[in-house]
This record gives sequence, C-alpha cells and structure tokens, in this order.
Amino acid sequence: MAINPNGRPVPLPDDASAPFFDGARRGELMLQACGACGAWMWPVKPRCVECWSDSVHWRRASGRASVYSFAVMHGDFPGFVSPYVLATVETEEGVRFTTDLAGISPDQVHIGMPLTMVTEQLTPEVAIPGFRPVPA
Amino acid sequence: MTATTAIVGLGITDMGKIYDRSGADFAAEAVTQAVADAGLRKSDIDGLLVNGNLWPESQPTLQMTLGLEDLTLCSAMTAAGSTAGQLIQYATMAIEHGLASAIVLLFADVPLKRGVGSGAAYNMLDFWPMTGMSGLRLAWGEFGANPSYALAARRHMHLFGTTSDHFAAIAIGQRRWALMNPKAQIRKPLTLDEYHASRWVVEPLHLFDCCLVSNGAVAFVITSSERAADLRQPPVYVAGYGQGHPGDNQRRGRDPGVHTGAALSGPLALRSAGAALSDIDFLELYDCYTYTVLVTLEDYGFCAKGEGGEFVSDGKLAPGGSLPTNTGGGQLSSYYMWGFTPMSEAVIQMRGQAGDRQVPRNDLCLVSTQGGILNFHSTTILSKSR
Repeated sequence: MAINPNGRPVPLPDDASAPFFDGARRGELMLQACGACGAWMWPVKPRCVECWSDSVHWRRASGRASVYSFAVMHGDFPGFVSPYVLATVETEEGVRFTTDLAGISPDQVHIGMPLTMVTEQLTPEVAIPGFRPVPA
Repeated sequence: MTATTAIVGLGITDMGKIYDRSGADFAAEAVTQAVADAGLRKSDIDGLLVNGNLWPESQPTLQMTLGLEDLTLCSAMTAAGSTAGQLIQYATMAIEHGLASAIVLLFADVPLKRGVGSGAAYNMLDFWPMTGMSGLRLAWGEFGANPSYALAARRHMHLFGTTSDHFAAIAIGQRRWALMNPKAQIRKPLTLDEYHASRWVVEPLHLFDCCLVSNGAVAFVITSSERAADLRQPPVYVAGYGQGHPGDNQRRGRDPGVHTGAALSGPLALRSAGAALSDIDFLELYDCYTYTVLVTLEDYGFCAKGEGGEFVSDGKLAPGGSLPTNTGGGQLSSYYMWGFTPMSEAVIQMRGQAGDRQVPRNDLCLVSTQGGILNFHSTTILSKSR
C-alpha cells in the first residue's frame, strides 16, 4: 500500500477515477451524473443506478455538503491522530460518502453542520477532497 | 407450510483466541462432530455448502480437505454475514428437488493471529483495494467495519433519541445469557458502570457494543423431514424463510443505516411459515453490534421504528424476560461465527439442550442473519414440529 510521509494510505488513481482525482487537485468535487435522468452517483458506477442509461459522465458538484452522521475514531490508525472525526457527508447534490473531518474536534461536530470542500494534497501526485466547516 | 427439511446435526469447536490450529483443522472437527451428532456417517453426506468469508480456504475445495467424495451438491456462497440463512434456504430447495439428501453447512474462520489485536483482524489494511475511488476509504480514515456501524448508530440516536444506556441494556442482557453458556468466550458479569467505563472503539460504540472476534468453526447437517425423524437428535424443522437486501441507497431521502432488510425478509419468512410475530417464542438476532439488535427488532415490527431503545430498556431480552433474545450470549459475548452464531444457538435451544439457559418455550424461533453494513438480511423460522 502506498502511504504518504505521515503514514496515511494514498489511493492510486486509475483511468476510471482520474476525473475525480484531477478535480480534487483543482479544488473541485467531481461526481458522476446521468445524462439521461440527471441522477448523481457515488462512487464510480458502470451505468446510471436509477435508469441504467450508459450516458454517465463527470460533472462538477458544488463542493458544499453537510454532516449526515458522524463518529469519533479512537485507536492507532496509520496517518491519523486519534481521536479524530469521521463523518458521512451529504453533498448538495444528494450523494453521501464517509470522510474524515480534519481539524474539527469531536465536541464541535454536529449533524447538519455545513461543510465545504478543500484540496487535501496527500503526495505531490495525489490529491483528494477534504471537508471543512463553512466559516460562520 | 409443512417443513420439508430439518437441521439434524450440529458441531461447534472451541472458540476464541486459539492460535495453534488451522482453519482446516477447525472445519474438520466441526464437520466430524456435526455428522456424528446426527447419527450419520461420512458416506451419508452428499452435499457441502461453505459460508465464504475472509478465510482464503472457505471454498468448495474444502470438499477435498475434508475427504468428501461423490457429492451431488457443492458450493461456497456469500452474502456477507447473512449467508447462514441463504445456505439453509439453498440446501432446503436442493433437498426438495432431489439434488442432495444430507448436506453439511460449514463456517470456519481464523482471523485472530498471535500478538495481533482483535481490531487489527478486521481493519482492512491487508486487503482493502487502494485503486481508484475504493482507495478513498482508508485515505479518509475509515478503517474496518466499526465506523460504519457507529455512523448508523449515531444517526439513529440523532433521529430517535436512542442512548448508550439502551445499547447497554442489550450488552448486559446478553452477557447474562453468556454466563450460562459453556461455549461462551466471555463468562463474567457486566455492569452498567463497566459498560460505560469501557473504552470507545468508535464513538458512539463502546467496547462492549462490539462483537468478539473468534477462531473456530460451526457445522450443521440438514436433511429431509422424513429422514430426520429416524436420526439421533430432535429434528429442528426449517419452517420458513425469506431474504431482504435493500441495496445501496446512501443518498438523500434514504436512511439505510436505520432501516434494514429485516423489514423485507421478516414478513416473507413469517408468511412462508404460516406464523405471526406473536407466535415467536425466542429470537436469535445477528448482533455484530448492540445497535444491530435494536434496529433489527424495530424492522421485524416488535416495536415501531425509533422505539427500539425504549423497547429493550426493561430487560425483556435478558434471562427471565418476556422476549428471550440471543440466549447464548450472541456474538457480543459467546463467539463470532457470523450467521452461524445465532443459528447454532437456535438449534441448541430448539432441541431443548441449552441447560441452565434453556428458554421456557421453544416451539418457534426466529433467526436473523445480517451482513455488510446492514445491507443483506435473511430470516429463518425454525420449528419444533413439522
């Protein structure tokens, strides 16, 4: 497994996911959407999960999201300092995934908390989206 | 429905932190025990169904490992933790259609290694794919299965006011059952204070909200109801079953972590058994976490959605309670053999062989097996009479 200097696991972008990782580097959250019915998807899907259309393409999402649920990790995990917050986030487009919320202490996070995407540069080559609270 | 098949053999090895035995060794012991328990011989076995799991040898090639010859049914199957139900269903249909007559169902696993913690056994670092967006999971700090259940539990707490005390009622009740189970890995009482003092695994899940990790094996033998009548053990009839797999609906408008497939599989199973929820004497529910028990009870309709916390808080699931549940201690306190944990305890109770922990009424049992992150669900209704 590739790790960065902090020991954090680093994903290996492939052809199918390149638009997502390229977007993260630019500060953009790229998601797949269906050209036929407009459904947004997570993660890479072979066809639209709603209507089975094959016209699935990458679109820039707003990068805005909110906390759907959260949990606090305790223990020894590579590249993370415990305790740290994990959150299932729901993007403005309605898809959900689970990400860490760096820099948020467990007693600050709450369900519904608005978030915005930032670039998280793991290595010189690989960036992923990160999420931060929207400044009040 | 008249039951066409029955579970007639049961084998359970020693369980837990047993490091000096291979998975094949556990598997062979469980299968040997189960076939002898049924009063059958090796040559009577003509089917083998293996619960595919993280053990690389959980494959149809176990036929050769076990020296079984001329089988007419052999597969490894997997629907994660729900597989035990599927195996019983597939075996039943195979027997009904004459594909095989005496089928061994097997779960064996050896996730624990000497010097490695239980958490590390399932933390995914060794096998999780890092290519493409799959790799985001570990890059975003989600290690193992604990976080996703913690996230589901938190959502339930947020929506319905469920509390750690509610989860504790399940953990403490099941521990009381485990005290009476000689096969249980943990046989010491658990108090509410000890529960709250236990470390966070992934908050809001305490240590005692999480299942054990076990090395060991469990095997069953299943055959036709006619043949079962002539065998050694009291037959445990397969009275009904159903599956429910809601799909990946982690997006707006859905709350997959607070709605499980039990809502689909339960009514199907009850209908095929010709039974009502109120006919069920005791429950064996998949309990990878305390929360899983709570949400499963809701989805079967024992209480309304969101009321699981209140429902369990009076101790009705514990020994002496009105709804005996996970009567061997479950995965939380006895042993973790995925769906074979609830199914094995159901067989023991249905036979009336549970000793001190024997439930007062055992005519009808509902067994729930569950897998993924509340993704896959299977319900099996077992009956003492055909």
